[in-house]
Amino acid sequence: MKVKIDSERCQGHGRCYDLAPDLFGADDEGYGQVIGDSTVPEGQERATSLAASNCPERAIEILQEA
Amino acid sequence: MTVDDRFSRDFQEMRADRPIGTRNEIVTGPVSDWATDFSHTESEWAADPYRIQDELRQRCPIAHTERFGGGWLPTRYEDVAAIAYDTDRFSSRAIIMGNFRPPPELAPIGGSPPISSDPPFHHHARKLLLPAFTKHAVARREAATRAFCHALIDALEGEDVVDAARDYAQHIPMRVIADMLGFPPEDGPRFRAFIEGVLEGVNLPPDERLGRMDNLFDYLLAQIHDHVGNPRDDLTTYLINVEFGGQKLSSSHVAGTMALLLIAGIDTTWSAIGASLWHLAKTPADRERLVADPGLLPTAMEELLRAYAPVTMARLVKEDMSWNGVDMKADDWILLSFPAANRDPAQFDRAGEVVIDREVNRHAAFGLGIHRCVGSHLARMELRVALEVWLERIPDFGLADPAAVTWASGQVRGPRTLPLRIG
Ligand code: HEM
Ligand code: HEM
Ligand code: SF4
Repeated sequence: MKVKIDSERCQGHGRCYDLAPDLFGADDEGYGQVIGDSTVPEGQERATSLAASNCPERAIEILQEA
Repeated sequence: MTVDDRFSRDFQEMRADRPIGTRNEIVTGPVSDWATDFSHTESEWAADPYRIQDELRQRCPIAHTERFGGGWLPTRYEDVAAIAYDTDRFSSRAIIMGNFRPPPELAPIGGSPPISSDPPFHHHARKLLLPAFTKHAVARREAATRAFCHALIDALEGEDVVDAARDYAQHIPMRVIADMLGFPPEDGPRFRAFIEGVLEGVNLPPDERLGRMDNLFDYLLAQIHDHVGNPRDDLTTYLINVEFGGQKLSSSHVAGTMALLLIAGIDTTWSAIGASLWHLAKTPADRERLVADPGLLPTAMEELLRAYAPVTMARLVKEDMSWNGVDMKADDWILLSFPAANRDPAQFDRAGEVVIDREVNRHAAFGLGIHRCVGSHLARMELRVALEVWLERIPDFGLADPAAVTWASGQVRGPRTLPLRIG
């Protein structure tokens, strides 16, 4: 499972780094960033989808690997 | 020009440069039909806007009014979001729907950037503020906020019935923003009088309102002078030094930005804290559950923000157009109700109920798109700490007199009198 933030859509609501702080962080202006490479570590799948489903701007994309 | 020269000009001088706008005939009194004659300033709306909005969403999802010189009220999430995102066709030149429209030449800057600004200017004005309001930056204020909440509760000692809106909720955002700006703590009561004067003066004649604004600006300019002579690590010093297009901000812009933060940050957060306490006072099951499981609070708080979103904004239509089946005219208002969007059953399951463990909650209480509330991380910290401290210190409370609760009318909604039995 991979995760990506669309920086065109992200407005820095910060729901992602509130709900899944191990996966997402904030830049100096509060916009969301994926920590590390875009691969979701094992055990973090639920936190990832929780963050994605709470982003008001629908800026978080989850890519399921085939 | 030395730094000090910037601050010798008066705010009145700047105001005098402002081009005049247009005023329309004022219409008040009972609404005949909410679909064709809505008004967010009538007492029926203040008492319960949700029932009105839910009914409109089914019957007439983009309602109209001739009042305020003409305006529209979309109540579906989808329409509210589309308008918030469409800054090409809807301007933020005015964000308070009333009987006055500022002139088109004011765009894209507007009277109080960034909230009144359109692209491309908006981006730059907003960028100045963002670093001071990140989650990380506001976390530094949490310990002081918590101590202050405890002190407020200490002062309630011995009372059976307290007004949680006036004696608790109101003080928290006022104190937090005054500390951030670096005002002397002993100025608290004076500063509070200026702010109350401005916030409560909305229905006064224009001259009297401006007089109250001038009192506030005199105070802010005195604070700016003091910070120029004696810079410190606070938001006022930051605004004095920050550069915009290679230049520092003029004194009127530093004072104006301080005023914007005061006005945008105080009664909004006050409303959110008050509405949350009101809900918990009248819903023992939710209150008991949160007392037993404080870890649920962050989730519950988002649900309370969804259900009782305090802030409604406005936009002005830029040009005549047909939009989603209605004929909008240039300069028609849009009453952009984030509270209505948040209760749309097409977007939320059980939209009309408060579900404090709701997991999926894409609510729009802090807006959508480029104007997303700059203060949202600060407001969330204040709301969480205010509720944590209250529930820890006063786990058992209820409405003392449901009929005595009063709600602010207009575009920021929250309890202004909230008698709670705590003893
Ligand atoms: C619970 C409390 C609050 C709520 C519900 C709230 C809500 C909102 C909303 C809905 C907007 C969007 C405006 C639009 O789309 O036109 C907004 C913008 C804004 N808010 Fe808040 N707000 C709150 C607290 C605060 C605080 C504490 C501050 C700062 C001290 C603040 C500062 C601002 C500013 C500066 C903007 C303009 C942002 C821009 O235009 O880019 N707000 N707020
Ligand atoms: C981030 C903060 C701000 C920035 C970067 C900013 C910047 C600017 C700029 C670049 C102009 C155009 C100046 C010119 O064309 O000579 C302007 C005009 C103006 N600004 Fe600000 N400003 C800020 C905050 C404010 C606030 C908060 C207020 C009022 C409460 C304010 C009131 C005005 C007024 C009244 C004008 C004149 C508008 C006109 O005559 O068209 N500004 N601002
Ligand atoms: S929740 Fe969405 S909008 Fe907010 S910071 Fe994360 S990605 Fe950006």
